[in-house]
Amino acid sequence: MSWDWQVFFQDTGGGQTYFRWMMSAWGWTLLVSACSLVVALTVGSLMGILRTTPVKAFVWIGNAWTELFRNVPLLVQIFLWYHVIPSIWKTLQGVPDFVAVVIALGFFTSARIAEQVKAGIQALPKGQRYAGLAMGLTLPQTYRYVILPMAFRIVIPPLTSESMNIIKNSSVAFAVSISELTFFAMQAQEETSRGVEIYLAVTGLYFVSAFAVNRVAAFIEKRVQVPGILGSKR
Amino acid sequence: MKSLPKSTFVLIAALFALGANAQDLTGTLKKIKDTGTITLGARESSGALAYTLGDGKYVGFHTEMSEKIAADLQKQLKMPKLDVKFQPVTSQNRIPLVQNGTVDLECGSTTNNAARQKDVAFAMTTYVEEGRIVVKANSPIKGIADLNGKTVATTTGTTSVQTLRKNKKAANMDFKEVFGKDHADSFLLLESGRADAFVMDGQILAGLVSKSKAPADYKILGEVLSVEPIACMMRKDDPAFQKAVDTSIQAMVKSGDLAKMYDKWFVQPIPPSNTKVGLPLSDATKQAWMSPNTKPMEEYAVQ
Repeated sequence: MSWDWQVFFQDTGGGQTYFRWMMSAWGWTLLVSACSLVVALTVGSLMGILRTTPVKAFVWIGNAWTELFRNVPLLVQIFLWYHVIPSIWKTLQGVPDFVAVVIALGFFTSARIAEQVKAGIQALPKGQRYAGLAMGLTLPQTYRYVILPMAFRIVIPPLTSESMNIIKNSSVAFAVSISELTFFAMQAQEETSRGVEIYLAVTGLYFVSAFAVNRVAAFIEKRVQVPGILGSKR
Repeated sequence: MKSLPKSTFVLIAALFALGANAQDLTGTLKKIKDTGTITLGARESSGALAYTLGDGKYVGFHTEMSEKIAADLQKQLKMPKLDVKFQPVTSQNRIPLVQNGTVDLECGSTTNNAARQKDVAFAMTTYVEEGRIVVKANSPIKGIADLNGKTVATTTGTTSVQTLRKNKKAANMDFKEVFGKDHADSFLLLESGRADAFVMDGQILAGLVSKSKAPADYKILGEVLSVEPIACMMRKDDPAFQKAVDTSIQAMVKSGDLAKMYDKWFVQPIPPSNTKVGLPLSDATKQAWMSPNTKPMEEYAVQ
């Protein structure tokens, strides 16, 4: 097996090199991941909190959301948003592919984040909630000032895993025509017949992206830690 | 012994070597004879060229041709029994699997091009593929010039994407590309109206249209976007095996078996749905059969 790394400097036939194309594909991967992560964190935290409230209806909504998006495979969810839903409501046909992927990936991950946020809140002693309420704080205030600041610190490590997963899961976006890294790899290896070099480079970029997220999360974890509580090192 | 000149020894040695060569097989032929098996690469959905019926059954024009080649090899090697195995391959793994010896002969939908000739060898071209455009029957699109401002679908991991890109640059046009993850997916993009046209190999388009819910709703345009020679692929630097395969194919051309096979898969109804692809033998393919060659895609020009 001979190496041919020059392949990245070949012209794609469209006036740019494969290297430039790969960089733009990397950009799409990061953009899809970042937008999905914002959706996932927002919706996931909300659903996770709902599941710990004393209001039965809220708990039911949170549970239903989590089970719905956790029990359907990601690729199937992407096709539901892309093919099935627009064919039922015709007005949704104009929704860009990118939005469909961000919604699908964001909601899928939100179910997992909801589960982790719920676990983080339940890991706190019940007394903290009662103490907050006994001091005259309303329920939302108790969450805002007493429960969530501690709960979020506890769930930073699993949230880090989810953020790394979202980068890796963003590869399913190739199925709906987003020209991200996996799409680039499948297409470029066919055009150049240098699959091994292309896949190695793409693997490297995925690793770098996921590892960068890991380091950023480790930095945040260190900055926000409170000595003496669950989840802190010292 | 003194009377014998040195050159005599060389001559005798050379004669021995020659005799040994005639008996000893090399490369893939030796491997087939020694192991009693040949592994053919098979595609799962390459239109009527090569596809699966499920349950490990592989059929299609090129698949049947490769089975016939295996039978001819068995005769040539005078083997009482030859075990023919099928190994399903994809466009991503077919070249490595041929190179590393997992697959001996891959007859599917592999385009013979200059880049691949560096890694593998090709048998004579047995099918010439023409890239075409399919649109809805009521569409105003009549050729590539009408694609300006439209949405065009094609399948990820195919050379059609590159063809499209080159055409787009050449014609200074602007159209939006969408990519299906497989051919069925790309066709769905056209069917559901997400794309205005679908660009792909002619025989794949013909097959998809004939299998669709309403074949009359689609039309394949006459304009040819690209011409690609499709051939069986094997390991490089194995002239004996390559010659055996080519001889077998040429015999099929002469006896008319290849034409019959073509008719069976491209003109008559084929399983599993018993629909017709409806693609009579093209002049380009006929030309390739009549003058056997292994010219890569780069030497074919689009008229």
